[in-house]
Amino acid sequence: MSLTGNTMNYSSDNDPAIQEFNTSKLLKNARKQAEDRNYKDFFICDVDSHHYETEALPEILQYMDDPVMRHLGLSAGNVGRAGLIPQAIGSQDMAGRVTRYAGRNKEIVPEEPHRDITLARRWMDAMGTDMACLFPTPMLLLATHPQVEVEVAMARAYNRWLSERILEEDNRLVSMVYLPMNEPHEAEKMIDEFAEKKGVVGFLSTGYLKRPVHDSANMRIYAKLEEHGMPLGFHAAYHWADTSLAQLNKFISVHALGFSFCNIIHMTNWVMNGMPERFPKLKTMWIESGLAWVPFLMQRLDNEYMMRTSDAPLLKKKPSDYMREMFYSTQPMELVDNREALEVTFKMINAESQLLYSSDYPHWDMDLPSTIYDLPFLDEKAKRSILGGNAQKLFNLDPVMSEWKLEANGKG
Amino acid sequence: MPERLLCTVSDLSDKTAKICEVDGVEIGVIRHKGDIVAYKNVCPHQGGPVCEGLKMPQVCVELDDQQRTLRQTFNEDELHFVCPWHGWEFKIATGEAVGDPKYKMKRYNVVERGGEVYVEV
Ligand code: FES
Repeated sequence: MSLTGNTMNYSSDNDPAIQEFNTSKLLKNARKQAEDRNYKDFFICDVDSHHYETEALPEILQYMDDPVMRHLGLSAGNVGRAGLIPQAIGSQDMAGRVTRYAGRNKEIVPEEPHRDITLARRWMDAMGTDMACLFPTPMLLLATHPQVEVEVAMARAYNRWLSERILEEDNRLVSMVYLPMNEPHEAEKMIDEFAEKKGVVGFLSTGYLKRPVHDSANMRIYAKLEEHGMPLGFHAAYHWADTSLAQLNKFISVHALGFSFCNIIHMTNWVMNGMPERFPKLKTMWIESGLAWVPFLMQRLDNEYMMRTSDAPLLKKKPSDYMREMFYSTQPMELVDNREALEVTFKMINAESQLLYSSDYPHWDMDLPSTIYDLPFLDEKAKRSILGGNAQKLFNLDPVMSEWKLEANGKG
Repeated sequence: MPERLLCTVSDLSDKTAKICEVDGVEIGVIRHKGDIVAYKNVCPHQGGPVCEGLKMPQVCVELDDQQRTLRQTFNEDELHFVCPWHGWEFKIATGEAVGDPKYKMKRYNVVERGGEVYVEV
């Protein structure tokens, strides 16, 4: 039998679009935007960006306590890896159309610093980003792993690796580290181990969870975060096997709905069960669901709450009043033909103080800082707050400016 | 309109756009169905290097006589530039975005003379 290859030139390994690959070159137009818009004059922080931690899995596994799981992860082929981190179905790179997925492996980096630091610095410097909050990629689905002990062991090994190999090494990278919410007593230990580590600016709950966020077993997690003054991020993810999403047949559909739906569920539980009243000092940030879901949910919940206050007795004000005090990351911002709705959305969420710029780079639906900087209804002060000032406050950051900005300002 | 030299005809292929620079602006030039077309290498979406992405045919769906899906196919008669940043697709023939023709790549008039390719700027 003869095999049909990709007879066309399209997205084959020889395609000139990916024959050689370099992040700075791919993003040269972003760098031009950064220079044209004078980003050198102010601090930009990206609160949601990613690396591909599975590429460093053999290193990460050196930090794993359980030798049997370490052996599983290091076993031949991909079998071991598949056993530790759930594999998502779905063509994020659109069959090669988004070239940085296929190109990444070909990118040449120096031996030092760590490859992930070099790659991050390349896109940060191109976009004009000074500091970035770095998150994993495949591990965003780790909370759906059927073995909770694997989730906990992987999370701990990853957090240790990230802390020692990346955050310790680079002052421009920070992270909200992985919180295994499915095993509350382990989540508490994780907070104790990492809250004071360099570059740790919060903790992260990822995707769909096995137990709702208001479950009584979680209360000590929230109390501990409050004690440490650490914000809690809810990073959305899609989970195609989720009963309602399982009816969707296309990746575009499950991606468009799944990310927002994930945070709609968590937020509804969070607010209607009065979590902001129970933990008034705990700050939450809702990550990677876009923005359109927030006005939608505010309207739905307020309308029903006024008719059924007895269903939510812990609330002392309307759901939207709580939601307006929380923090949101920008990406993927609904930009197409949407100026008016976006302006209303910004007003409804008090964007000037509650919204934090995020790129989600290198994922396919990333947003550049210009998605905020070019909005006609924001003044310069609001733009700078959203692009960096709000993150500086929420994470209590000591801003570290990028070298090229310091040089451009004669301080390099 | 002033003309600027981009490249020679022999530099061009129909596989991938050649990227040339004129006054600090990158322009992608490619042979397409016997013509030479030139576009600014800046995507109308967020500014990505749109001419440097993959060149892909239109994706179609075949339905049967009862409107049931039979299969998906590639239509090689309609080729697209795919912007490498987020995947917006643009018809190489017109520069229009496949999702909404109101979004267009900036197109330059091309003049071919004496084996050389010029654009009007
Ligand atoms: S910049 Fe071209 S698709 Fe987004």
